Amino acid sequence: MSTLAVRPLAVSDEPNWRTRMRANPLLVAGGIIVILIVLIAIFAPLLAPHPADAGSATHPTDILRAPSAAHWLGTDQVGRDVLSRVIYGSRISPLIALVVVASACAVGGTLGLIAGYFGGIIDDVIMRLTDVFLAVPALLLALAFAALLPPSIGSTMLAISISWWPWYARLMRGTVASVRRRRYVENCEALGVRWWRILFGHVLPNSLTPMLVQASLDFGGVILTASALSFLGLGAQDPTPDWGLMISEGQAYFQTQWWLVTFPGLAVLLTALAFNLVGDGLRDLLDPNRMPSL
Amino acid sequence: MKLQINELEVSFGSRRVAHVPQLTIETGQIIGIVGESGSGKSMTAASILGFADKLGARVRGSVRLDDLELVGATSQVLRTVCGSRMAMIFQSPATAFNPVLRVGETFFRAMSLHGEKSRSARADRARAAMAQVMLPDSALRRYPHQLSGGQLQRMAIALALALRVELLVADEPTSALDVTVQAELLDLIKALRDREGLAVLLISHDMGVIAETCDTVVVMQAGEVVETGPANQVIGAPDAPYTRELIASVPELIPVRAAAEHTDNGQG
Amino acid sequence: MLRYIVRRTVSAVVVVLGVVALTFLIARVVPGNPAASWIGPRATPAEIAVVSRQLGLNRPVPVQIWNYFRGIAGGNWGISIHTHRSVLSDIVSRLPASLELVISALIIAVVVGVALGLIAARWQGKTADHVIKALTVIAASMPVFWLALLMQWIFFQKLHWLPVAGEYSLSLTYTHPLHSITGIPVIDALLTGNWPVFGSAITHLILPAFVVSTYAMGVIARMVRASVLDVTSETHAQMLRTLGFSERSIINRFALRLAWSPVAQVVALVFAYSLVNTFLVEAVYNWPGLGSYATDSISSLDTPAIVGLTLFIAVLYVLLNLAVDIFQAVLDPRIRLT
Repeated sequence: MSTLAVRPLAVSDEPNWRTRMRANPLLVAGGIIVILIVLIAIFAPLLAPHPADAGSATHPTDILRAPSAAHWLGTDQVGRDVLSRVIYGSRISPLIALVVVASACAVGGTLGLIAGYFGGIIDDVIMRLTDVFLAVPALLLALAFAALLPPSIGSTMLAISISWWPWYARLMRGTVASVRRRRYVENCEALGVRWWRILFGHVLPNSLTPMLVQASLDFGGVILTASALSFLGLGAQDPTPDWGLMISEGQAYFQTQWWLVTFPGLAVLLTALAFNLVGDGLRDLLDPNRMPSL
Repeated sequence: MKLQINELEVSFGSRRVAHVPQLTIETGQIIGIVGESGSGKSMTAASILGFADKLGARVRGSVRLDDLELVGATSQVLRTVCGSRMAMIFQSPATAFNPVLRVGETFFRAMSLHGEKSRSARADRARAAMAQVMLPDSALRRYPHQLSGGQLQRMAIALALALRVELLVADEPTSALDVTVQAELLDLIKALRDREGLAVLLISHDMGVIAETCDTVVVMQAGEVVETGPANQVIGAPDAPYTRELIASVPELIPVRAAAEHTDNGQG
Repeated sequence: MLRYIVRRTVSAVVVVLGVVALTFLIARVVPGNPAASWIGPRATPAEIAVVSRQLGLNRPVPVQIWNYFRGIAGGNWGISIHTHRSVLSDIVSRLPASLELVISALIIAVVVGVALGLIAARWQGKTADHVIKALTVIAASMPVFWLALLMQWIFFQKLHWLPVAGEYSLSLTYTHPLHSITGIPVIDALLTGNWPVFGSAITHLILPAFVVSTYAMGVIARMVRASVLDVTSETHAQMLRTLGFSERSIINRFALRLAWSPVAQVVALVFAYSLVNTFLVEAVYNWPGLGSYATDSISSLDTPAIVGLTLFIAVLYVLLNLAVDIFQAVLDPRIRLT
């Protein structure tokens, strides 16, 4: 019977954020693009060669010019510089996404919190309500609401938020219901801690993560939905440089003036892509035990 | 049947997770590997059955089943050995069986894979195996979620018996079971060793389980073999401090130790 | 299992009732002047007053709701401002075209998506996997109407390979008139042996169906990949390996059966999304389905049509989800317990 010398345990190999970043190149790429888009949005007036074109300026002598040195992405049907309009468009889509996601989280999260914590009939009622809203596909519901409201960016935001909140309510309710059953919450209740203390001090902070992860994933989807709504004429109106609107306006000229549709569409694609990558990466990062989504 | 392990090394990249210098298992022996999680015992089992590389590990050294070298063997070769000469049972019996199939279906498919084409022969072998583990035939027709953990572990053993394996590798077979069921399962393993000559490699973090069942004990810590030898020696008079810790965590064993020491002292 | 089916069906009926109530809200409560929005922008105040009385807008709300429900149940979904016909009959007549598109798109999405997902799972970590992953993310980020325009430009404009508008070449209605059975040209042509129309219908279908399928394809591929990888790393896949089964047989015989269940779920999910994508694509390709009906209704502020359409799609969606749930319960016996 022999005893061998025991090798000391290896230094902890719990991955730190740096190694995780390296393991997630897509997250990093997406994150960089998102930051770029935000920077472009902020510095739009400085970056756009013809800032006025993003507004109501028109140049009837310069209409429908192909991409050239003077106008990198060409000009549109009233002579506006497409590049400038695309740059200014970066202010609109992410803003809509932010407002929509924030309000949907606020409303949905609150309802989900109430439903999950109090359970019983409140839970049933709220869940039936979400079932009904979820029965209609999001874009369709948004379309129905947007069609009945006067077309504007505000109606788009309202319409999409209305169709988006039920999902967060569901998520929140599920998380809250399971957190509520955890031992330390039961202990708090047994000790007589007030319900609102428990709710906001213990249950809420521990239930936020899934909803926030979903929210980050939804940014891309909201951007696509918003551009679809403006493509249909329900969102921003001329002369706002909204990408969906630009595609719709350029549709008639598409066969010969391909640049009117291509570049705004590319902008939507890249923005949605960047946000989707970040969302996916965040999900992997925050829950590494899951199968990676990509 | 002789399984011989020589200088087995399992690594993930540059990190070595298991190192077994020497281990032999022969027909009718029950060998136990004991250690806490992360000690490398499960990776050792995975290397014996040839799926360590599926988990991303690199295996070096030698694992010989009679004349057959298993380390570096092609998947064809491994497939002829796994399920016919050796089999494994897992910690979580509920997830070991395919949840959408009746348990008997898994039996039949496995037997069919290893050459038993006759339906009646398969049915006979399955029934005989069930009798050996003292379960009724009707259990074969059930879905996994309809059976208890203890029953499923017995079925896993029955599957190995139906396949007529010579070596059974059991990775934490009792960890998910409660104490009484645990004892029954260990008695079953010992009975099978006595009756059929089944060789068993029993892996556990619970020294009590090992002490009760095994002839030879291997103690692993952080991937290294810290102590090895016959059970009553390792448990009665442990050398390594880690072994002492493991024994100390199982109160029932302390009288065993005391008795062994007493005997040792008596012999000088 | 029967109990599960009954429970799910009852639940579905409740949801449908809820959706009808929701459309009531949209039709009567949201617009500033419900009567005006119901009969259109060109109505005189007198007409609006008549409609207002007809709709019972002066009655208490519960009575209004009751009448509304009765109307819906009886098939009276309002008159389209745009076509001056019953909204329900409009929808039903334009449904086959959209169904043709959506179903073809889903077939493409499932066939290609499952294949891609299996390839990605089998070659996990290798080039094929990375390429497929990239494609699925791009597919999920693509504005479908833009893709529709782009594809049209490439395949019609530049390459002249595929036609651009309509379900099939209109000139064929004179030379080879199509006898309508299901209302779906591809199927009708097949059933009546009308080969010229069949060929024309297929070539007209390919491009829009492909465009609509891209998002669903991406989602399905991802789901299949994740599901297969999940299953093959699970303990029973490990056990199968230790029993001597090959990787291929583990994937094909065991993992796939388990993986179908989430795929079915995903199809239901993407059906709604694909239907909406269909609407967007129909506008670009002049496809005579519900989508172009929707876009026409939007531009003519046709409230009854919009509301009716929303209700219709919602009911369709609920029924589809019900079907998928039952299908899943058949596939996976564990679900019957819940």
